[in-house]
Amino acid sequence: MSKKLFVVACGIIAAAVMVAGLGVRADEFTKDDVDRYQDEFMSVVEKGRKLWGSPDVGTNGVACGQCHPNAANTHPETYPKFQKQLGRVIAFREMINWCLQQPLEGQPLGLDDPDLIAMEAYAHWERRGVALAPGKH
Amino acid sequence: MTDSASRRDFLKGAGAAAAVSTLPLSMVKLAFADPAQDFTFAYISDSHIQHISGNKFVRNWDRGLIRAVAETNLLRPKPDFVMFGGDLAQLATKEELDHGAEMLAKLNYKTHMVMGEHDYYLDLGEYWSKLFGDHYYSFDHKGVHFVVLNSILTFDEWTYERWPTAEQRMLEMAGLDNPNGSPFMVGEKQREWLRKDLEKVDKKTPLVVFSHSPIQKIYKGWNFWTDDAEEVQALLKPFDKANVVYGHVHQIQYNQIDNISFNAVMATAWPWPYPQSYAQADQHLPVLTVPMNRADPFFERDATGWQFIDVATGRVALDYNLYDNTNRRVAFNAAKGHPEDMTYQDPARRIPPQVHY
Repeated sequence: MSKKLFVVACGIIAAAVMVAGLGVRADEFTKDDVDRYQDEFMSVVEKGRKLWGSPDVGTNGVACGQCHPNAANTHPETYPKFQKQLGRVIAFREMINWCLQQPLEGQPLGLDDPDLIAMEAYAHWERRGVALAPGKH
Repeated sequence: MTDSASRRDFLKGAGAAAAVSTLPLSMVKLAFADPAQDFTFAYISDSHIQHISGNKFVRNWDRGLIRAVAETNLLRPKPDFVMFGGDLAQLATKEELDHGAEMLAKLNYKTHMVMGEHDYYLDLGEYWSKLFGDHYYSFDHKGVHFVVLNSILTFDEWTYERWPTAEQRMLEMAGLDNPNGSPFMVGEKQREWLRKDLEKVDKKTPLVVFSHSPIQKIYKGWNFWTDDAEEVQALLKPFDKANVVYGHVHQIQYNQIDNISFNAVMATAWPWPYPQSYAQADQHLPVLTVPMNRADPFFERDATGWQFIDVATGRVALDYNLYDNTNRRVAFNAAKGHPEDMTYQDPARRIPPQVHY
């Protein structure tokens, strides 16, 4: 096959693929897709709520929800912020870890641990609609 | 004197000095016509003693109650009695109630108990009764009529039919934000008892009602709520000076509805958020209430505490002894006809930590 023919053939194939829709990967999504994304998120929120109320996240049976019903008084919208007691700017999930270690007498989770992300997702979900206020004490 | 002995003496002295400086020993001057009738009582509540396993309990909650008992025993003048406002236990087990009762037994005073939902929903108060007696009752003390209600009852179907096990029933009610919970109520039988109890009391007698849940409606989602509050209030309204003191909410609240003053007490275990800090729900925190300071979790006793109370004017006045925080006093303002904070009621005097969001 000559070089010219090869280019033409490739063009025809590419056009065929585009017509068939197989090349659309990044720039379009349907309502079903959006629903699926939300369902995926909500399944993690639900997992986070279970962890939030679980006596097994720490070692002494205390659950996050005992002090923070509906994750209230956690203010995820204010992070990252200067945590005055630690003397530095921290992320919300570091404060969750602080609670796991202190009142719950447990071990901190890795900062990319799916359980920690689930608890963070739950707290954010309960706080939905509140304006972002990074740094607010 | 050896070095170690002198050091010991110094520490002992320093400990005593620290205790004196933090205890509310400057008691209010009471003002009954007959000073012999003046009295105070202490109020400890919501200790949530939580069993881990064997002889292990959650240290943090134990410390709150131990401290309240020790400080109450140091009060001068001595309180006439102590009220315990409910939720001694977390899941109403014998281990928790026994351990809590053991700590309360160190009080040097007669102690009256209020039932909380965390004491009740495992065996419907059976073991609690063995330790502490009746679920609701009244008594008279130096010209004041006191009533204790069990306000944490709920629908029969929820209590007796819905849950496969007693343990699950307890857990479902223990989660404050659990949508499977059920609204608190005093119930018809107890309201009828209350009606009869109050029938024989002169309506000029100061009346103080103790309940675990608020006999008013603040936020249903966390049971800062009693479903038949209006019916109970109607029974209190004939009294010139009716007061309701409640636990459960783990925070300072106060309100006035007609002639009834409402005051909440602190927990010794942990503080709860004000309902306005839950963004997804309507709530009705009384506008009168100047909130307690936002808790600093790095001080584990912050935003917890206990109270001593006088009824000298026929209205309760509460001195909040707050651990790791400035003490507060909430008393009835006769000119305005409602309770108010003696320092912070004027909006110009409020401080940033009282802002909850």
